[in-house]
Amino acid sequence: MEPLGRQEAAMTTQQVIATQQTQVVATEQTQVLGRALLSPAVVLLFIWMIVPLAMTIYFSTLHYTLMDSENWSFVGLENFRYFLTDPAFLTSLQNTLVLVGSVLAITILLGTPLALLLDQPVIGRSVVRLMVIAPFFVMPTVSALVWKNLLMHPVSGLFAWIANLFGLTPIDWFNDAPMLAVILIVAWQWLPFATLILLTALQSQDEEQKEAAEMDGASALSTFIYLTLPHLARPITVVVLIETIFLLTVFAEIFVTTGGGPGLQTTNIAFLIYSQALIQFDVGNASAGGLVAVVIANIVAFFLVRIIGRNLEV
Amino acid sequence: MGQITLQGVRKSFGPVNIIKDANLDIENGSFVVFVGPSGCGKTTLLRLIAGLEDVTGGQILIDGRNVVDVPPAKRGLSMVFQSYALYPHMSVRGNIAFGLKMAGLPRPEINRKVEAAAATLNLTPYLDRKPRELSGGQRQRVAIGRAIVREPKAFLFDEPLSNLDAALRVQMRLEVTKLQKQLATTAVYVTHDQVEAMTMADKIVVLNAGRIEQYGSPLELYEHPANLFVAGFIGSPKMNFVPGEVAGEAGVAIIGIRPEHLKIGKDGDGWPGRVSVAEHLGSDTFLYVEGGKLGTLTVRYVGELSLRAGDRVWLTPDPARMHRFNKEGSVIRTS
Ligand SMILES: Nc1ncnc2c1ncn2[C@@H]1O[C@H](COP(=O)(O)OP(=O)(O)O)[C@@H](O)[C@H]1O
Ligand SMILES: [Mg+2]
Repeated sequence: MEPLGRQEAAMTTQQVIATQQTQVVATEQTQVLGRALLSPAVVLLFIWMIVPLAMTIYFSTLHYTLMDSENWSFVGLENFRYFLTDPAFLTSLQNTLVLVGSVLAITILLGTPLALLLDQPVIGRSVVRLMVIAPFFVMPTVSALVWKNLLMHPVSGLFAWIANLFGLTPIDWFNDAPMLAVILIVAWQWLPFATLILLTALQSQDEEQKEAAEMDGASALSTFIYLTLPHLARPITVVVLIETIFLLTVFAEIFVTTGGGPGLQTTNIAFLIYSQALIQFDVGNASAGGLVAVVIANIVAFFLVRIIGRNLEV
Repeated sequence: MGQITLQGVRKSFGPVNIIKDANLDIENGSFVVFVGPSGCGKTTLLRLIAGLEDVTGGQILIDGRNVVDVPPAKRGLSMVFQSYALYPHMSVRGNIAFGLKMAGLPRPEINRKVEAAAATLNLTPYLDRKPRELSGGQRQRVAIGRAIVREPKAFLFDEPLSNLDAALRVQMRLEVTKLQKQLATTAVYVTHDQVEAMTMADKIVVLNAGRIEQYGSPLELYEHPANLFVAGFIGSPKMNFVPGEVAGEAGVAIIGIRPEHLKIGKDGDGWPGRVSVAEHLGSDTFLYVEGGKLGTLTVRYVGELSLRAGDRVWLTPDPARMHRFNKEGSVIRTS
């Protein structure tokens, strides 16, 4: 019995080693297979990205306007110099940052209390939640039109009607406070997104932790400050990063409501590029602008990740 | 001071009655364990005392004052949760200090108390770590530290050791008991593990389906269980219950006899039976004996007994250690 038992034990050890080796091989095979299967998609995506980028870079070095498309010539970095020194560029860069910053501030400062409210057990909570989330499903063009013609219109809009009701002079939003108007519209669209992310985060907060804080004598406000806010740091980071990506390129809302004006008051980088390409028909200059926009987006992303990306680490 | 009295405490969740008329007197400085099967309402009863749930009826007195309308923080109790419920974004120091900070104590005093509590629990080297950087046992200690630093009237523990591995559990069991004796603070401790209850408690409350079945010292419960439930719940291995003819001869509905109170012999006296399984632990031998109309009986023999499955044996119950129950399951006292 004894020696056989030992032999069996030795066998098992060998088998274990063999199994481990098979697993290593299997892992390698899986990786190779995985790469092979992924590569067509990666190649396609790469082409998808590189072709427009290469063409943009190519066009950005040309003097090429659609008004005079026969006469194009290579001009080097002249388009970049022109775009960057254009006074409209600095204004629209500033507008872009104001728009992004304001919308971020509004959606987070309003989204947090809204999420806290929606987390409470109120009657008809599911219906209320659906209604809060609804704006996110409305196309930007449509919502901008609704805001422009039904809500903010100085004569026939709902806001004007309310102002008249109180005997006040209605605000002519798109002339007197065009940037504020655009900010309000965009914020209205992004508020549901922020609320939704923050709400799911609140729901994942540990109930016993809150009870422990209650036993420790923490008020509702203290619990919010010391437990809930730190818990929300990560979802807020996610909201900031995702919203920034989309807010840098806001276009439809501006196009539909103010057309970038009056003057340059609501022109952001995206709209500036559009106006150069399709109002001034300057393809070369617009391409240079597009590349500048890409660089700006990367700079913003870099700083964002440096400043708040820390929150994403475990 | 930390005397807790429950008078006719009831609790319902909607139409479901979870706690039914609980009456209890917990003496200052004692270690009281609520024990019972899962879902019997132990946690609910503890949360009622803590103030995390509102009573449906009855009174809870702490040092003679009715506290049913007093918020949790004002009851002067502290609780150790099953999940520990540590604040994940705060250091160990921050966790332990939080209650004192909320109470508005001056900073030097907070530091002094936190460091004293940490020293008691061997947490000093970990004060600046986050909870996620600690082992299960260390987290457990932080949770306890958070409870003791406030110098409460009583500690409430909800299955605090159930997330630890077996060896650590035995060690922490000892530490918690020692700490409680040292601080001489009332403790109410919830567990579903009767061994934990027997080893830690000054007094045990046996709960079953929201009812207090018996309240007494561990030995009282072991020697004089009030009913079938307590008799079956306290003691390991479980008490043998013999219903039917044999019990009828003694004029009762059920006879209960603990495995350690059955004498086993290889030749003819008492109840005949056949060994079906024998477990040899060295220190003890557990035998499962097929006893015909008696059913299967468990026998515990201290020491090694060389019996194998299939052997014929005879069992003799110790008449002084026999428990007699009526049809309702209550014990019949024969004094
Ligand atoms: N908030 C609640 N709402 C409804 N039922 C509950 C609630 N809390 C506990 N219960 C019920 O009360 C019973 C006792 O629960 P609990 O006190 O947690 O048991 P134990 O701690 O003894 O395992 C269970 O049947 C549980 O489903
Ligand atoms: Mg429980």
